[in-house]
Amino acid sequence: MTPHIVLKDVHKSFGPKHVLRGLSVAVNKGRSLVVIGGSGTGKSVMLKCILGIIRPDSGEISVGGQSAIGLRGRDRDAFLSRFGMLFQGAALFDSLSVWENVAFGLTHGSKLGRALPRAKAKDIAMDKLAQVGLTPDVGALYPAELSGGMQKRVGLARAIAADPEIIFFDEPTTGLDPIMADVINNLIVDCVKRLGATTISITHDMASARKIADDIAMIHKGQIIWQGEANKVNMSGNPYVDQFIHGRAEGPIQMDVLKA
Amino acid sequence: MNPLAKIGRMALGVLEETGRIALFARDALLQGLTPRYYFSQIALQFFRIGYTSLPVVALTAFFTGGALALQIYLGSSRFNAESLVASIVALGITRELGPVLAGLMVSGRVGAAIAAELGTMRVTEQIDALVTLSTNPQKYLVGPRLLAAVISLPLLVAVGDTIGIFGGYIVGTRTLGFNEYAYLKNTADFLEASDVTSGLIKAAVFGFIIALMGCYHGFHSKGGAQGVGRATTNAVVSSAILILAANFLLTSLLFGD
Repeated sequence: MTPHIVLKDVHKSFGPKHVLRGLSVAVNKGRSLVVIGGSGTGKSVMLKCILGIIRPDSGEISVGGQSAIGLRGRDRDAFLSRFGMLFQGAALFDSLSVWENVAFGLTHGSKLGRALPRAKAKDIAMDKLAQVGLTPDVGALYPAELSGGMQKRVGLARAIAADPEIIFFDEPTTGLDPIMADVINNLIVDCVKRLGATTISITHDMASARKIADDIAMIHKGQIIWQGEANKVNMSGNPYVDQFIHGRAEGPIQMDVLKA
Repeated sequence: MNPLAKIGRMALGVLEETGRIALFARDALLQGLTPRYYFSQIALQFFRIGYTSLPVVALTAFFTGGALALQIYLGSSRFNAESLVASIVALGITRELGPVLAGLMVSGRVGAAIAAELGTMRVTEQIDALVTLSTNPQKYLVGPRLLAAVISLPLLVAVGDTIGIFGGYIVGTRTLGFNEYAYLKNTADFLEASDVTSGLIKAAVFGFIIALMGCYHGFHSKGGAQGVGRATTNAVVSSAILILAANFLLTSLLFGD
């Protein structure tokens, strides 16, 4: 079986900062890959390269056998309509109500060929809100009136609204208390199963990673240094992975804290 | 550091920024102003950029017209040419002060608001979220603002011209003792259509500059609250300078023969 998403030797620099240094990774259809790694190692840049928000300097990216680099116009619209994404800060549109946020891709985007009428889109949005455990009265509120956990749920509902075949989760549990984090983890697992979607999540929360991952990959200095099934992460035999999953300050990964 | 290297780096920085703005303007025109159109966004921007700027533009124009009448009266009375007041007020307002002052006031109001709104959307990843929802940010955010500003500014200036001339009329007839009929007749007789249209053309260009700078700096803001603050400042300063520079260029193009 050919992998659903493939990145091969992807490089990206911002000025003098070489962020991705030959990153290669593959995800099979219907699998959930969690990419772990410290801050500033290139996790978010990797997702944005796949979506074409950031253009890589070199390397190949393909999704379902189709190259993802340099798409324009209609091709790009069709390509993006296969994705959903939950952002770290939820990234809800604060000028729109909750249900309008969830329905945004249905009423505005070119998903499903053409825009749906508002009434129909609202029905779907309410249904998705129910799937993430929110009552219909939340639909009329504005994002600023919601707690962080509820915003994440709305973000999740928006990401799955158009039934995408691929979903990205950018630090889905960051900034939440441990219980709400687990609620979000469960919702992610449920929603992904229901859709049968292929997912890539990035996180540095190991509890979340163990819960939602089929496979785990560790990114360090812009490269994947280890990849394997989630239950093998404790026996990786890789000193970098060991240091990260146990959260030790000592080890091969040196933090750039002030050195005189 | 070597001072020559510093100068060189600054020059390169300016050129780089100019290039980035040019590329952004190209995207804004080719993507932002072509289908698909988000009509509710366009209507909203017309309301925000055009309608809500009316009071500011009207007040600016009224007081400027009044002050202009006083100054021209003082100057022209030195060589007994007081009868020129009405026509010079009309010329000064329609050709220069109407569009330039309206442009500067609107850039402070609207340019800053656009940069702050889009800058916040950038740093909270809302602009990236648009992309993942198959919505082109150029079409959804930039296009409506450009369109609304380019069309609203001439309309605002047309209203401002009228109110500015009225300000001159009030001062002229109430404090300077001009006959009301004579003042209006002087205004109408010496004002030509080209005086007004040249000002409106300038206004459209200024509208484009304001929206483009607001969107450009908003889109390229980074680094949280401070970054958004910097984007807002840069949007206002750069559009004010570009408006004044463009005004000089347009004046020499439109009137220099």
